[in-house]
Amino acid sequence: MPTTRRQFLSLAGSVTVIPIVTLRPLEATPAMLNTAIRNVVGEAPIRTGKVKLDIPPLVENGNTVPMTVSVASPMTADDYVKSIHIFNEKNPQPNIGNFYLNPSSGRAQVSTRIRLADTQKVVAVARLSDDSFWQVTADIVVTLAACTEEVN
Amino acid sequence: MAALINVPSRAKRGDIIEIRTLTSHIMETGFRRTVDGALVPRDIITSFTCRYNGTEIFRADLFPAIAANPYLSFFTVAKESGKFEFAWIGDNGYSSTASASITVE
Amino acid sequence: MNLWRAIVLAVLVATAPALLAGEIPPDAHRSGYSFMGPDTRAMQDDDTSNPGMLFVLDGEALWGKKTGGADKACADCHGDARSSMKGVAARYPAFDKALARPVTLDQRINLCRANHQQAAPLPYESRDILALSAFVAHQSRGVAITAGDDPQLKPFVEQGRNLFMQREGQLNLACTNCHDDNFEKRLAGSPITQAQPTGYPLYRLEWQTLGSLERRLRSCMTGVRAQAYDYGAPELTALELYLMARARGMPMETPAVRP
Repeated sequence: MPTTRRQFLSLAGSVTVIPIVTLRPLEATPAMLNTAIRNVVGEAPIRTGKVKLDIPPLVENGNTVPMTVSVASPMTADDYVKSIHIFNEKNPQPNIGNFYLNPSSGRAQVSTRIRLADTQKVVAVARLSDDSFWQVTADIVVTLAACTEEVN
Repeated sequence: MAALINVPSRAKRGDIIEIRTLTSHIMETGFRRTVDGALVPRDIITSFTCRYNGTEIFRADLFPAIAANPYLSFFTVAKESGKFEFAWIGDNGYSSTASASITVE
Repeated sequence: MNLWRAIVLAVLVATAPALLAGEIPPDAHRSGYSFMGPDTRAMQDDDTSNPGMLFVLDGEALWGKKTGGADKACADCHGDARSSMKGVAARYPAFDKALARPVTLDQRINLCRANHQQAAPLPYESRDILALSAFVAHQSRGVAITAGDDPQLKPFVEQGRNLFMQREGQLNLACTNCHDDNFEKRLAGSPITQAQPTGYPLYRLEWQTLGSLERRLRSCMTGVRAQAYDYGAPELTALELYLMARARGMPMETPAVRP
């Protein structure tokens, strides 16, 4: 089928790339993210390292994003991960999940599926048995699906 | 409603085994609105626990950012034969359980 | 709205250069699976992590549950679905002699409920109809699609094909413009697939639930700014039949997972 005149004119007239912008009334702000982290960590320092966050950097749909978090730890009675806390920057609420482990976990690794309302940062914080805190941050790009249903 | 549990049926003592669970739940965030502008009330699973022969080995607090039909995978050391019990608790009095057994040699 | 302007632009960029390709030869058929990323593929591949399997389990329970005025279960007539239902979904939509038209698997389940169980029909997209239809279609996983082979279906396949080729909506696009001519290009960040209906009902990450092919077709129509046909409309059945006939020979994947 040939290109219609209307299509051609629209194409020719649309040289600039229009960015895809979504406006959401409810967003967790970086301040909310920080507060949520401080609610778990208190005043303790948070060091970067030990924690690994495995999320596809470009997700196919923000409604169901596979995520694996793991912490480098021997998981012995003297040295283990007590808990892992996952946060996000721009969902309506900054918390995603808290996971509580113990030496009999054997491996400090948890997988789940999360919702990300927009392109944003995800932060994982681990609390070790010596009550030190370690974190990692990942930047996730959420692509928008085409031909979605009407919101209802 | 259904839950899918994946626990190895057999393991050697001391093996680190993966446990995977998937359960049916809408996980309504409480942030969505209908076309009329009414807020759809939150309806989520808030807590998950796994016990191994009665001892809690894993627990999770879940928030609206967990996707519908929550999936969780975690690890434990196979210590003895017995039973894993799973419990999901949520809004509006939601509660469901499942179990799986393991033979440890 | 900027999003829609971007989508329109993307569509126009995608469709403008190549509107000559036409129908896809059978040896170039590709399931939507092949367009997905590794994480979404992994979700479909493992039955204990595929959320569609939750519905299959529910469907299995419903299969054995007595219901309606006749107090009969599906299993009371059809026995073990693993043998009796194997390959059935690969033949649907199928011609119904009494109605003299094709019926979808969902409609067949409701006809069975009305005629043999004296039970009320299950609403389209309700959990129970999706669960039963996922359970039945799952028995055909791996079976090659043969829908549309029945000669009585010929005019309906043709009707579906015409609808597939017909431009509609404010964007004035036909299914074929995207799914025959421009698959593997992108639309607002998502790959355009060939629209092969191999995995329905399927679990769509966007929906966060299982959904029927009719639901998917209706989303597409909304996407091109057309008025979507109602659930159960003969046009949707004809489109479903054409898509299944077009996918002839491809293996069923139910329950598939798609973004």
